[in-house]
Amino acid sequence: MKGLGLISRLLPLGESLLAGLVGLAVGAIIMLIYGFNPIEAYFALFRGSFGSLYSLSEALANATPLILTALTFAIGLRGGLFNIGAEGQVYVGALAAIAMSLFKLPSGLHLVLTLIVAMLAGALWSLPAAILKLTRGVHEVISTIMFNWVAHFLAYYLIANILVDPRRAEKTISILPSARFPILVPKTSLSYGLLVSLFWVGLALFLLWYTTIGFEVRAMGFNPAACRYAGIKRWRTALFAFLVGGLTAGAAGGVHVMGRPPSYAIFSGLGGLLNLGFDGLGVAMIGRNHPIGIVLAAIFFGGLMAGGRLMQISPGVPLELIRVVEGVIIVALAVPELIRIFRLFREKITIWRRG
Amino acid sequence: MTFLDHFFGILFISLHAMVPITLAATGEVLGETAGLFNIGLEGIILLSALTGALGAEAGGWLIGLLVGIGTGLAIGLLFGLISTYWKGDQLIVGVGINLLALGFVAFELIILGAPGFHAVPREVQVPNINTPIRKDLSPLIFLTLALPFLTYYLLSRTQLGLKLKAVGENPAAADVAGIRVNLLRLLAAACGASLAGLGGAFISVDWIGSVTKEISAGRGFIALATVVFSGLNPLMVLLGGFIFGFFESLATWVSTFPGIKEVVPWQVVSMTPYIVTLLVVAGAIGRVRFPAALGKPYIRE
Repeated sequence: MKGLGLISRLLPLGESLLAGLVGLAVGAIIMLIYGFNPIEAYFALFRGSFGSLYSLSEALANATPLILTALTFAIGLRGGLFNIGAEGQVYVGALAAIAMSLFKLPSGLHLVLTLIVAMLAGALWSLPAAILKLTRGVHEVISTIMFNWVAHFLAYYLIANILVDPRRAEKTISILPSARFPILVPKTSLSYGLLVSLFWVGLALFLLWYTTIGFEVRAMGFNPAACRYAGIKRWRTALFAFLVGGLTAGAAGGVHVMGRPPSYAIFSGLGGLLNLGFDGLGVAMIGRNHPIGIVLAAIFFGGLMAGGRLMQISPGVPLELIRVVEGVIIVALAVPELIRIFRLFREKITIWRRG
Repeated sequence: MTFLDHFFGILFISLHAMVPITLAATGEVLGETAGLFNIGLEGIILLSALTGALGAEAGGWLIGLLVGIGTGLAIGLLFGLISTYWKGDQLIVGVGINLLALGFVAFELIILGAPGFHAVPREVQVPNINTPIRKDLSPLIFLTLALPFLTYYLLSRTQLGLKLKAVGENPAAADVAGIRVNLLRLLAAACGASLAGLGGAFISVDWIGSVTKEISAGRGFIALATVVFSGLNPLMVLLGGFIFGFFESLATWVSTFPGIKEVVPWQVVSMTPYIVTLLVVAGAIGRVRFPAALGKPYIRE
């Protein structure tokens, strides 16, 4: 009985691995169609992602904000909400963090305050979608996407006007050194911002599994009808999921600009901030919406991103292929019977071989 | 220019801006009536804008539009297959489609040699119709104006329409009545997605005439909002599509209008279609009822 329990707990991991293989296989097919050598490309990808301390650090640096945006989506989904607003909340968090560098403050205090303001800004940006959901019944898929676009243009405006670097018009002012996360591994992009992500992973675990409100959120995602009978208030769980999600997405934006050398700023066109929210969505799904799974998935995906740079240089496969692979993985993960279909297929082959 | 000229100017852009939204939303009405909720519309529009452009360059505008439709159809079949026979989660498939499209279009644009931008030559774009008022009207506008009426007829006056409503409302009862629930849902989703594909190809092969990573600009999601606004009535889709098209073109117009463009930043103007969408949807909800089985795979007991 105990063994069966372990297998059923590991099954999601197996499904994610299988979906990952499907994704990489489709990626290989696309490379073949476009005349690239997939073996060479995947070798470069692996070398660039986990082949050395430098590449491992880069993978972890990429994973840092993704863990946080994945938590945004996962907490929402645990509560039965399809909150895809992390993208916009990341922009707002990053902008708020940059705005904090308009002030001069003592070193440690500046860092802590900047991070808090970034998180609060993300939470604030998630609030209207929550209110629209609760008072008007607007589906969060629609409202959060609309707020993402509003945040997108708000960012364009602030980058070009209020937060603009007076010496370089194409970027904002940089985060002051007093509010920057120190580098964790010298000569890499990996900063102590990673600890913020890991702290949130622990906090999310604690909140969802060891508090009453967390239990209510998960119950609401599991069976809303039963929750109504049990007297669990929908507005409480929805507000909690949106606001905590906003905090983590805001933190992702903050950590990205506060801990990512060399510029510590946002460029016009949004550069590295772009798609952090949507990639986080993928990470959450690959990690099966569990905080620990998310850490593993984020490192996997951060590694693909880091290795993709090498793959782009050596066999010349554009980095964007990684996002195609991610999309295929998610489509494959959506099929609950993937493993069964796979098994059926294998059985058919064996039957066919036996004749 | 007189006031009337400006008014016709905005109206003219609105008619074009409403095409992709209305086409995608009309298709989505078909799918949602049958019980499938496809949030991958955005990705379908983006991807078929690219494939449509490539198709047009290879064989002319008609091939381009057909390739766009085919792209939508292919994705719609995949989406439908996973959400019906394979009992997958529709929202998750949709997210996967969107990410896949985002990655593939950026990938292909790099392969084409111009990262981020690809122009479609004028001579392979859809030829315009000359009217007394304006000379550059797209023929697809007329198709877009007609389709919601055809869809309305299909849904409310034919047996097929009744069957579609049945599988969306109560798939178990429809199953007992001998309707092939999964097949009908699959077909509805595939037809719906091909319309979104046509909308995407329209953007690149006809209206804007180029492909960028952001060419879809949230139109797939605005189409979803239009469906909410319409309450699954195709005629209301036409109205909703026009409202959203109007605000999009108003934004374009304001951002080029001397005297206004200096005062109001273009970024603020660009936000308006999205804010209007939120307001319209928030106002529309409450009077709208959706099929009971929307978004859930049908599992026979």
